[in-house]
Amino acid sequence: MSINRRKFIKIAGMSTILGIGGLSAVDKFRGKSQEALADVQSDIAGVFQTPEAITAKRWAMVVDMRKFDNPEIYKKCIDACHSIHNVPDMPRKKDEIKWIWTDTYEHTFPTMENEFIPEEIKEKPFLLLCNHCDNPPCVRVCPTKATFRRESDGIVMMDQHRCIGCRFCMAACPFGARSFNYTDPNPYIAKKDPTYPARTIGVVEKCTFCAERLVKGLMPACVEASDGALIFGDLDDPDSKVRKILVTHFNIRRKPELGTRPSVYYLIGGIDNA
Amino acid sequence: MKLYNGGKIIAGLVVFVVLATFPFYYNIGKVNAKPEPKIDTPVIKQLAEKKCVESKEFMRTEHMQLLNRWRDSAVRNADRIYENSAGKKYYISLQNTCMKCHSNKKDFCDQCHNYMAVSPYCWDCHFIPKENQG
Repeated sequence: MSINRRKFIKIAGMSTILGIGGLSAVDKFRGKSQEALADVQSDIAGVFQTPEAITAKRWAMVVDMRKFDNPEIYKKCIDACHSIHNVPDMPRKKDEIKWIWTDTYEHTFPTMENEFIPEEIKEKPFLLLCNHCDNPPCVRVCPTKATFRRESDGIVMMDQHRCIGCRFCMAACPFGARSFNYTDPNPYIAKKDPTYPARTIGVVEKCTFCAERLVKGLMPACVEASDGALIFGDLDDPDSKVRKILVTHFNIRRKPELGTRPSVYYLIGGIDNA
Repeated sequence: MKLYNGGKIIAGLVVFVVLATFPFYYNIGKVNAKPEPKIDTPVIKQLAEKKCVESKEFMRTEHMQLLNRWRDSAVRNADRIYENSAGKKYYISLQNTCMKCHSNKKDFCDQCHNYMAVSPYCWDCHFIPKENQG
């Protein structure tokens, strides 16, 4: 039993039409279930900002290196951050997780062209953290939008739920501000803070400018612990404390030539003209 | 028509049918234990009005969507206050709001999750409250 070409085309045409009909039926059905979901979501009432939250258009930090005059103050800042954010102390250096850390002047400002920086400042360790760039390369490369720059306050945030651990952001970040959880960090958290989550194996983490504290009206933990050596404020407000310091003091940023526009500024001495 | 090797074939078929339907026979009469999430934690006991952020029915079917919305609003928009359909306000946080009351993960969350054979990854990162950690 064979069919001729005419018959074959007829059957093929009919089944195509039927097939399209079937597809549209599926679409209709799907549309309905989505409508149902939308109904459910509109039942959920609103979400708001906490009344005590402190807000800014673009958060920024000034690190006043002149005030970092003993090892204690570095430790205080780092411990304040790492203890409340459940940052683990990994036994192997290559697994290290860090939100805020120190490095030498040469490593911090490798392309610095200003020759005559005060010697006593050059010899100090520099306090480093995520620069919360205005033009963050980590955000550009993230394939899942797990990391993003918040339009509302300029903080470069991480949503660990979405992170797939591809580490593109770590390759993109010119400041080494991101750490990857190669192993489960939980056993290495010295003292767990039950009010803040930990992370899991396979996600990237970094400083968040204490977004969870800002909504409660608190300054970032390191700023609070620094006795005035770290200044935090709104870069977008000409009357803010950080802006006033930046216009009156000589300040530098890390690798500005890369165009990421970091939001962390370093005061490295010189005569105050304030 | 003659069935060659009839004995073997029929025996084989019987064995197959018995094996394939074994799970049904095995579980016949055994009513699966219904999940019984408990809400008898110390914090809930002290509540004057024993109400979750939304109605029981809503929470039962939609808590995952609600948690996703909470996450997005907290992480992405820094909006940490949730106003429920009755106008009551809650701080948006899994560890500091949800699990403050529901501190019994084993007797609450796991009850239905195990029954439905789902394993959400919430507690890969978020801490399980101490008092009922087992």
